[in-house]
Amino acid sequence: MSGDQSGGENDRPETGAFFARDRAWHPPAFAPGYKSSVLRSPQKALLSLDGTLSEITGPVFGHSMLGELDNDLIHNFAKPGESAIGERIIVHGRVLDERGRPVQDALVEFWQANAGGRYRHRKESYLAALDPNFGGCGRAITNGDGHYCFRTVKPGAYPWPNGVNDWRPAHIHFSIFGHGFAQRLITQMYFEGDPMIWKCPIVGAIPDRRAIEQLIAALDWGNTVPMDARAYKFDIVLRGRRSTFFENRPEGN
Amino acid sequence: MAQDLGYLKETASQTAGPYVHIGLTPNFCGIGGVYEADLGASMVNDRTLGQRITVTGRVIDGAGMPLKDALVEIWQADAAGLYNSPSERRGAADPNFAGWGRSPTGADDGMFTFETVKPGRVPFHDGRLMAPHISFWIVARGINIGLHTRMYFPDEAAANAADPLLARIEHRHRAETLVAAGRTPNYVFDIHLQGEKETVFLDI
Repeated sequence: MSGDQSGGENDRPETGAFFARDRAWHPPAFAPGYKSSVLRSPQKALLSLDGTLSEITGPVFGHSMLGELDNDLIHNFAKPGESAIGERIIVHGRVLDERGRPVQDALVEFWQANAGGRYRHRKESYLAALDPNFGGCGRAITNGDGHYCFRTVKPGAYPWPNGVNDWRPAHIHFSIFGHGFAQRLITQMYFEGDPMIWKCPIVGAIPDRRAIEQLIAALDWGNTVPMDARAYKFDIVLRGRRSTFFENRPEGN
Repeated sequence: MAQDLGYLKETASQTAGPYVHIGLTPNFCGIGGVYEADLGASMVNDRTLGQRITVTGRVIDGAGMPLKDALVEIWQADAAGLYNSPSERRGAADPNFAGWGRSPTGADDGMFTFETVKPGRVPFHDGRLMAPHISFWIVARGINIGLHTRMYFPDEAAANAADPLLARIEHRHRAETLVAAGRTPNYVFDIHLQGEKETVFLDI
């Protein structure tokens, strides 16, 4: 990590505060259909405040921290010469902000279950088999155009203890850093055409159908590699920031 | 009709789920060999300037139980009050201090731990100095959108009393939820998701 990189498409790093978050677009903290949220949701009003320096700044991650296989989940945990089992897919897209500008140097981290719907975790109890060649985590940093990509196997759906018969649709977890700590976001990506998306209580916590559709990656036929891997395109939008039309400077600066 | 502003909507948040450690601290949860070390596990080196401090704490649910599947990230200024970020225009921060840390809450005791330095003071919008603070962000299973809050220091009573953010808290006793316990150099900051001691969370 270093602080010597440029902060976006402009030469001059941006210093404006972020747009207020549209909380009606996100799932509410308390969503009783998702039982775990009941005892883990704040019940008092949030304290709302325009972002200060502490929120409009954020850590920078250099491309040099990445290993060659960091964005290749088919191989980054596999024994030499072997690979993970499952449907080979490429997931790619752009990280943009609400103004439509690409967010460059954004750290994107992802994790997922294996092709059978099983996570590599000691608390995981689903009876589907572990894949000895699949760890389930990866990361990438966006280029100047805001683009990222990785290769993986399509995760399986799996049952989870919530309702008697609740299943998670196939999904990949995403964690994204933009340029400010207030942009920090974790979300999940779903797959086009999966009927289970609409049965999931975690998805269903999102009040607006358009916000759910924004989480569904499209099958990207154009970028599908013949005889190799299908592509899915998933764009991610982070909070936009205000332009600093007029800078208020303390006297003397 | 007026012109279309052309703005996009922010991607909706989803819970980090029970296995966030697989993705963000894989070495901690036994997935070795993918990354050399977990990102954000170490914040200081021998040359980092400032007073070394340790911040530990737990994230506690509405039934009083510490979360063992949470992930906590912190972001703070260096000892001189500068952020190591391109958006910091007041000067260059300590090159030996990134200012960002990440800790899982432990599988046994639910504790998070950060070895860091005490941050300097940073100005508010109007130029007044805020009291030294560390920004926190908490995610876990059952948390649908990451929670932002701040930790202030118990041995900065005068600065805390003049802090513009703390001053905005209407119910004065709730401001105490943002002030750590303990004393130099070991601070304890428990985060309560619900209940009488519910931490003040920020929409910021």
